[in-house]
Parts: sequence; C-alpha cells; structure tokens
Amino acid sequence: MIAPRRLLLAAPALLLLPRGADASAEAMAEAVRGFTDGAEVRPGRVAMDISPLVENGNAVPLSVIVDSPMTEADHVRAIAVFNERNPQPHVITVRLGPRSGRAILATHIRLATSQNLLAVAQLSDGSFWSDRAQVVVTLAACVEG
Amino acid sequence: MARVLLNIPRSARPGEVVTIRTLIQHGMETGYRPGADGEVLPRDILRRFTATYDGAEVFAAELSPAIAANPFLSFALVATRTAPLVLRWQGDNGFDQTETREITVAP
Repeated sequence: MIAPRRLLLAAPALLLLPRGADASAEAMAEAVRGFTDGAEVRPGRVAMDISPLVENGNAVPLSVIVDSPMTEADHVRAIAVFNERNPQPHVITVRLGPRSGRAILATHIRLATSQNLLAVAQLSDGSFWSDRAQVVVTLAACVEG
Repeated sequence: MARVLLNIPRSARPGEVVTIRTLIQHGMETGYRPGADGEVLPRDILRRFTATYDGAEVFAAELSPAIAANPFLSFALVATRTAPLVLRWQGDNGFDQTETREITVAP
C-alpha cells in the first residue's frame, strides 16, 4: 500500500520539474529573441571555449571566437552570451567591428548551477550564428549567500 | 578609484592586431545575494565598458550580474597609428572610471 501513495506524492514533483526547466529555457530563448529581433540563428562559425567541468562557479573563464575575416565588407558586429539557469538569462553583449581585427572575446563569468550556455554572433550581413556549451558546476556561484 | 590591471602593448607595427586585457577591482554585487543580516544586498555592478582608440569606439560591452567579481575583459584591435587608447567603465551608484594608455605605432 506504500508504493502507490509514494507515487501519488511524487506525481506533483514530476509535473513541476520539467516545467521549471522549460521556463528557464524559455527565458533564455526570449533573451536571444531580444538580441536577434526574431531572426534565424544558425549553428556554426562561432566557437565558445569554456571548461565542461567547473569546480567554482564564481569565476569561470569563458572565451568566444568567431570565424570571420573582420574586413569592412564582412565582419562581426556583436557577440552575446546567454545562460539557461542563472537568475537572469543575459551574460554579456559586446559590439565590435573591422577595427577589432579579430573577433575574439574573453571574460570570467558566474554560473549558479550546471547548465547550458549559448553564444550568438551577429555578422555584418545581418545573419546570426551560434555555439552551445554544456557546463557542470560542482560549487555554484553564491546566489544563496 | 578602483584599481585596474591593464595588459596593453606599448608599441606595435601598423596594421598589427594587438590583444588588450583589462581587469578592474569591483565586487559586482548581483542583487540576489543576502548579506549577514539576511536582507538581500542591493545590486551594484559595472554595466558598461567601452574602448576608444584613434577617434572611434573599437569595443563596447554590456555587462550583467553574471560577470564575475573584478571583471576581466579581453579583446583585440588593429593598431593603426600612434594614439591613446581610452578605456571607460560605468556602473551602478554613479561608478565612472577612465584609464588612458598610449599605443605607439611605428613600422
């Protein structure tokens, strides 16, 4: 008789968990739409470099390189990084141009928990390209204190 | 004035792509973290960084609470001619700091 009751108790949790995850993925998708203005984002040309296993989420080295000749005719206009499960989906947005010479960005970020990251680059022809990364965090950035 | 660490080449050849590394001392308080008294500490972050060189903005960044304390930023630029590189950080509570370094460009 215990087993069905346990199942009954677990049922609401089972319903809630995936919905919570969807909500955060949806928040990230919304932030990406805010950056792209609804344009199509294709995978490729962007390389995000971040350790797949992070011990300390308080300062995680992250770099993004975009494959581009960075000429007046063909360059990267902007790079934005988004996350799925921090309190806010936005991480950083940078603007660059042919004066940059190389489309490269490096910084240190905070990760509240294990999650997916998405880097999106806007090219001068108006197209958007992206790269995903999955990161496992063992010690989260202190959201709780 | 917050302390800054800058790694900028003093000299470069014309057209050379140089890497700029910057780090500024700042707590980047997220606004989600409770303090010792249990009250959530108000947000205090750097929101914007710009680099101006040879009369044009060559790099700009919008930061969020997801950027780690003591924000580190690295980017590249093309050395065109001898000119100052002006780095500016702006943030909450009226934070505004500017650092200027000359890049000497000679063949």
